[in-house]
Amino acid sequence: MGMQCSVSYVRYAIGMLLQGFPVCHQRTVIVRPVQPVSRYPSYDATRDSGKGSFALEREPAMVKTNGAAGLSGVVPALEIRGLVKWFGAHPALRGIDLRVAKGEILALFGPNGAGKSTLLRILAGLMRPTAGSAQVAGLDVGRDGDSVRRVIGVLASGHQLYEALTGRENLLFAATMLGLDRHAERVAKVLEKVGLEKAAEGRVRTFSSGMKRRLALAKLMLHEPKIMLLDEPFTNLDLQATKLLEEFLMTSKITGATTVLATHNLAIGFALADRMAILRQGRLVFDARRDDVSLESLRSQFALHGELWEVE
Amino acid sequence: MTFARRVLAIAWKDLVAEWRDRESITAMCFFAFLVLFLFSFALNGDQTLIRGASSGLLWLAFAFTGLLGLARSVQSELANDCLDGLLLYPAEREAIYLGKLLGNFSVILLVELISFPLFAVLYNMDLWAQLPKLLLITVPATLGFAAAGTLLSTMTAGLRAREAMLPFLLFPMTIPLILAAVRGTEVVLRHESFELAMPWLKLMGAFDVLFLVGSLLTFEFLVEE
Repeated sequence: MGMQCSVSYVRYAIGMLLQGFPVCHQRTVIVRPVQPVSRYPSYDATRDSGKGSFALEREPAMVKTNGAAGLSGVVPALEIRGLVKWFGAHPALRGIDLRVAKGEILALFGPNGAGKSTLLRILAGLMRPTAGSAQVAGLDVGRDGDSVRRVIGVLASGHQLYEALTGRENLLFAATMLGLDRHAERVAKVLEKVGLEKAAEGRVRTFSSGMKRRLALAKLMLHEPKIMLLDEPFTNLDLQATKLLEEFLMTSKITGATTVLATHNLAIGFALADRMAILRQGRLVFDARRDDVSLESLRSQFALHGELWEVE
Repeated sequence: MTFARRVLAIAWKDLVAEWRDRESITAMCFFAFLVLFLFSFALNGDQTLIRGASSGLLWLAFAFTGLLGLARSVQSELANDCLDGLLLYPAEREAIYLGKLLGNFSVILLVELISFPLFAVLYNMDLWAQLPKLLLITVPATLGFAAAGTLLSTMTAGLRAREAMLPFLLFPMTIPLILAAVRGTEVVLRHESFELAMPWLKLMGAFDVLFLVGSLLTFEFLVEE
């Protein structure tokens, strides 16, 4: 017991020492004149464009209609407060506040460099925020990283597969790392779902981009995560695989899984999500429920910001 | 049990990938051969010089080939964001470190074993009888080198100048270990009593414990971001 305490203390002390430099760095960075961080965004689009609409003076979409209705008092699947991230002198996130209800699909739109991937990386525990906090299933991503990783599934822009291993070996490795039981059975099941049961014995190096994406999807399906963070999941997917992913997201939603979907593809995002949010230059500039917005009005929001970046 | 499975799974994954591609092993063996071959010419068959410098040259070759292996190992994790994928598993960071260490240690040791006969031929040494003693020196030295190298290569993985940073950090840190390995090997190659190598063995053991414990304690913090 005493030994255990000593080891914990040494680990804590080393952690504090190692984090000493970033903390000092953060202090100098935070005092820059960034937009004041409030609990919830108070963005007024009229200030930026002169045209205005969808000024978020209210709490984000959860107060309004369907998916998140009645959320108050319930621990949200995701809760982000005043999230700020600086890369050197460059701000990637400038005070994001966001809550996502259990079972909700949030489509996160934004041009390149808007901060979508950075936000997902912070939620996945791969990156520490400069300021603010992020909770996943009520767990702090910084403090409870291991527990957070048990409930999340991430589909990143890189497929995260080992090319020298076969498709099946990649999944068996993932199953071992995830601490799952009945490896072979689970792997066979997900391979069948993504239509790769015949190709599974081939090395991933020989797979097409679409096949690699399917295999990455199979890896995501392995442990049936409660919260999914998907970064451009439709890239390189053919129609069949796109349909497969859409079905998977819908089935997961029925079972209560929450999804954050970062994409450029407005039409797909709009079709799948319960809620849309737009990130621009590290700020949440738009947040609305699907029932409150049409695809056209969503498109007009992009035009409002004077940028043409939607990918069809 | 799950911890051990994860360690073995990571090492298995690295070794299978290495066995199929043979990228690191081929490059490392070639590099070791090149270093030993060039120095054998530089010493011009002078047996006195060879006796004095051979153990140093052997460990010079091992240190550089080890560095090459460590750099390639982390390179394979960076491809397709595999390192991120590895860190996203709900696995203990210590298991990830030990798995990578086991993989790196096995590959480096294999290259060293392949290099011994070459060394014996080029430097006209009878190593066969000395092989068990030589292994008693080589195994702990390689373990310490791999332990520090695995930590530092993962730590520098996210840096743009990682190729320069890894040797810059690794070599100064492992000087006492390499020095002890050189001295220990010298004792063996000179057919002196193994008792004389014991202080060096103890020093290597101490460094192995230090590197292993230090790495296990710090790995979690160093791999973040």
